[in-house]
Amino acid sequence: MTGLHLAAALNDAGWHPAAWRDPGARPDALFTAAYWTGLAAEAERGLLDLLTVEDSLGLQSAVPGVPDDRTDQVRGRLDAVLIAALLAPGTSRIGLVPTTDTTHTEPFHVSIGIASLDHASRGRGGWRPQVAGAGLTDAPHFGRRVFPEAGPGWFATPEGELLALGLLAEAAEFVEIVRRLWDSWEDDAEIRDTATGRFLDRAKVHYIDFDGDHLSVRGPSITPRPPQGQPLVTALAHGPGPYEFAARAADVVYVTPHSRADAEAAVAQVREAERDAARTGEPLRIFADLVVFLDETPGAAASRKARLDDLDGAPLASDARIFTGTPGDLADVLLDLREAGLDGFRLRPGVLPADLAGITRGLVPILQGRGAFRTAYEAATLRGHLGLPRPAGRYSVPTGRRP
Amino acid sequence: MPVKQIHLAAHFPGVNNTTVWSDPRSGSQIDFDSFVHLARTAERGKFDFFFLAEGLRLREMKGRIHDLDVAGRPESLTVLSALSAVTTRLGLAATVNSTFNEPYEVARRLATLDHLSGGRAAWNVVTSYDAFTGENFRRGGYLDEADRYNRAREFLHTARELWDSWAPRDLVADPAAGEFARAGAGTFAHRGTQFDIAGRFTVPRGPQGHPVIIQAGDSDEGREFAAADADVIFSRHGRLDDGRAFYKDVKSRLAKYGRRSDELKILPAVTYVLGDTEQDAAERAAEIRRAQVTPRNALVFLEGFWGRDLSGYDPDGPLPDVEPDLGEGVSKGRAQFRGDRGEVVRTWRALAAERGLSIRELVIEATGRQTFIGTPRSVAGQIDEFVQSDAADGFVFVPHLTPGGLDDLVEHVVPLLQEKGVFRADYTGPTLRDHLGIGGPRAPKETP
Ligand SMILES: Cc1cc2nc3c(=O)[nH]c(=O)nc-3n(C[C@H](O)[C@H](O)[C@H](O)COP(=O)(O)O)c2cc1C
Repeated sequence: MTGLHLAAALNDAGWHPAAWRDPGARPDALFTAAYWTGLAAEAERGLLDLLTVEDSLGLQSAVPGVPDDRTDQVRGRLDAVLIAALLAPGTSRIGLVPTTDTTHTEPFHVSIGIASLDHASRGRGGWRPQVAGAGLTDAPHFGRRVFPEAGPGWFATPEGELLALGLLAEAAEFVEIVRRLWDSWEDDAEIRDTATGRFLDRAKVHYIDFDGDHLSVRGPSITPRPPQGQPLVTALAHGPGPYEFAARAADVVYVTPHSRADAEAAVAQVREAERDAARTGEPLRIFADLVVFLDETPGAAASRKARLDDLDGAPLASDARIFTGTPGDLADVLLDLREAGLDGFRLRPGVLPADLAGITRGLVPILQGRGAFRTAYEAATLRGHLGLPRPAGRYSVPTGRRP
Repeated sequence: MPVKQIHLAAHFPGVNNTTVWSDPRSGSQIDFDSFVHLARTAERGKFDFFFLAEGLRLREMKGRIHDLDVAGRPESLTVLSALSAVTTRLGLAATVNSTFNEPYEVARRLATLDHLSGGRAAWNVVTSYDAFTGENFRRGGYLDEADRYNRAREFLHTARELWDSWAPRDLVADPAAGEFARAGAGTFAHRGTQFDIAGRFTVPRGPQGHPVIIQAGDSDEGREFAAADADVIFSRHGRLDDGRAFYKDVKSRLAKYGRRSDELKILPAVTYVLGDTEQDAAERAAEIRRAQVTPRNALVFLEGFWGRDLSGYDPDGPLPDVEPDLGEGVSKGRAQFRGDRGEVVRTWRALAAERGLSIRELVIEATGRQTFIGTPRSVAGQIDEFVQSDAADGFVFVPHLTPGGLDDLVEHVVPLLQEKGVFRADYTGPTLRDHLGIGGPRAPKETP
């Protein structure tokens, strides 16, 4: 039996909007290096495949797509790529996967940022591209694009669906550009040939000449090919359009099933999207997202969550299934869900650092005891943890055939 | 008169034509270990900051990627964030272009670095605007040369508005009171000729208030921008007479912006070569110059000014007899020389004729020679003399070897400066603003 894969999703003080008010939270430390390095050390202690860092270009809001004026929830967050880079030197095995926006940013900048993360972490860099979606309201932060008013439910209207598909198509071009830039230097482009005085072999550095419907970039990158060749690209997806985006663009997809049957349906849809996209090479690795509250004593996690719900004035709402219980119960749930054909899970701790420790110190030993999770890292790179090979650069020409 | 305190910074040479990459001691230009080595060396030497340059497109010569110099570099802010985890006091300076970026994102990333590093972030605002670089970006090459500083100025002012959008006490984080942030924290609205943006900024005020602002342009407009808005100038004027003139010119511009002369630090890019004796050092310096200016490098350098293919000429022979083509030029992606190329060529011809110089010898002569050459004691003396005579407030050292190129400076010269009482024995505060002694952030100003 191959082991399952585990990721931790780090977000503010945790995924509950009142998490920062939990007695174990560190609300005054959210913007310090020590907070994030502590979480990363804990995640690596648990031998997790990777951690993700959420991000958005606008202030958090309780109402998707509409800024609110609440002062009783965490507001403010730091750039996720820089947080991930900060975590590189203090860790040695865990994958570091920041989120970036594809609607308001430049693919060239994002490409060299993730490549640099991969260099700084020696092959542990990943990326979660994210379309603005609810963050359409961030457009006035840039003043470059005008979008319609997108209140709750707007993305379900025909106009909203059309725009969403357009943003996804743009995101697909964005990822293609980023990936081409990663390949634009062949691995051995730096030659330091003292005989001819050449530092570079210019035949091994390539223009990408991408000219799409939404974006065009000439290249090549200014950053040499990253250690993994292609850092791991991951995507969160909730339905056919995003599944197809993931099938074309990503290595890992995070889905959000609420039951075993749901998980089976999601896996079937993802595989269908792969066929539709004529995906070749490695199949998508499919992770299911769950929000987790963990405590050793039965009922304790549920009452902790209930207390936070009370503080927040509403029960926690999430796109993903919300689990409360003991680590043993969670292990049962995960092992059952996995039978649907999942490769692993991305667990979103309800409260940080408590529920992360619940994963690393509670869940992980139980999964190990059941032979379902590694007892030591077996690879040094993030692709390696997932059994993904290091791809050859797309522009590489076997020697001898070079014109 | 009290002695001036010297400020020192370390440059990690990225794309450049001074790194002697052929030297067996020359290490990787991209491995993170190289960055760690140089940063830790600088911090051991109590330097103010560690500096990374930026270029957003690989350079080209005669329409093809330039292959003779070091090329390839990481994204500045990402690598500096990683370095913040392995250093504790060293300032971390990122070069970030103001033309091919948006203020919201750059302000956010710099404020993030300031938080994660505990107040050590700096931003070198550069203004490349050319269509060549623009081909790598959504907006393409849309900016007129004349607008580069209009955009830069408004970009910086907008960033300051964003940094000020959270007041110092807007981050409350009081669980008992149930208040995380004050109402309205991060609200901003900027309307100007370059940017019309509004909304909520996501990063609470950083430890320094505003990251330190560095400026590196040399034109009259660039100097004016620095006088009005920068905390540090990274200059090219690394010779004593030239340095003094530049220093005087820039410092004299400060008063009209209501600033004191010591609020803007002028730090020229400089090099050094140490030896056991003066003669030993001079020999080493000459050797380094020959390694930097290889025969092919000499021709390529000349081609940049002649604006034409000179590959048929002998680098050890006389200067080309053809006239320069003063058209568009053959070199792309470098900080452009904007003077009169014809005039430069005439001066060189005269110099070469008078001294009987070959192409390569002329280039060695004409391109930046090493600034400080000598024994550790004499170099410490030269550095001090340079600063005390108002040719600079300190220096950005550009080593010719990566990553060990500052080891001997820190080991042998810094202690002598400390002995003289002109350089700190230890850091006196946690932030880069503390190291520079420039006080708090400048208030945001109305955009013209
Ligand atoms: C010492 C020094 C370092 C510089 N470093 C960079 C750099 O890293 N990236 C860049 O794009 N431009 C760099 N520049 C170029 C200047 O910022 C450039 O000259 C400016 O953008 C154009 O302004 P100017 O016309 O006022 O000189 C540097 C300039 C100097 C003097």
